[in-house]
Amino acid sequence: MTCSEFLAQLDDLMDNNVTVTMRADLEAHLKGCEHCVITLNTTRKTIEIYRKHEIYELPNDLRDRLQKAILSKCRNC
Amino acid sequence: MSTIQTEGTEEVHPDVLLVNQARAGDVSAFEKLVRQYDRQVFRIAQHITQNREDAEDVVQDAFLKAYEKLEQFQGNSKFYTWLVRIAVNESLMRLRKRRTGRMVSIDEDVETEEGSMPRDLADWGPDPEQQYGQSEMAEILRKTVQGLPPGFRVVFVLRDVEGLSTEETAETLGLSIPAVKSRLLRARLQLRERLNRYFRDRNKDGAK
Ligand SMILES: [Zn+2]
Repeated sequence: MTCSEFLAQLDDLMDNNVTVTMRADLEAHLKGCEHCVITLNTTRKTIEIYRKHEIYELPNDLRDRLQKAILSKCRNC
Repeated sequence: MSTIQTEGTEEVHPDVLLVNQARAGDVSAFEKLVRQYDRQVFRIAQHITQNREDAEDVVQDAFLKAYEKLEQFQGNSKFYTWLVRIAVNESLMRLRKRRTGRMVSIDEDVETEEGSMPRDLADWGPDPEQQYGQSEMAEILRKTVQGLPPGFRVVFVLRDVEGLSTEETAETLGLSIPAVKSRLLRARLQLRERLNRYFRDRNKDGAK
């Protein structure tokens, strides 16, 4: 397996979406390729970091404004 | 996601019950749905528009639209993905308005030149974030994701940040599954490449 072939399966590997045979092939490639090990680890970490950090906090007053707007559309309030 | 059992054998998602109550005139049921999803909708809108004012408008408009169109919601799809679709469309509309003269489409920048193989081999430290404070970290992440083409950004936020499945993402964006997969891979690799300069393990790096 080449590095490009490995890369083509990267998402499916991270999403646990590969067959047993494919997984074995991918793991065999990882044993001999530091480049792909690092790519896999750091890509995983990238996703994890983005999931963990709230980079866009909901503005405080938005909820209130939204609630008012919805109540104004309410047919039977 | 959790589901609850009704009298029959069919499982009804709790959101669907809230939608039904809202349809029957209970506005507080709809407000529950709002509180449940407003953070996510705001996040998605910010990721796509990259503009705070636009993102706030999107949240407002998306929920109002959802409320008005509640009759059209089909109980067989998830309320959340239905709402997300509305929010994504509103966001793209705002993005286009801001960038008059520049074509903005989620089909932009998809011609796949091969060889997106990462160039930089450096590994990251065991806890690469620890060298930055919370707000510095958020700034780095915002700056980094901002640099992605909109068509990649939207796939990344739906799939990786909000946790939609590949199928749901494809359906929401009107893209094929292979298109979603190819964009996701490229988005992930580009982000990784850009974060690399902040997170590479300096111990193994020599002078910097
Ligand atoms: Zn390799």
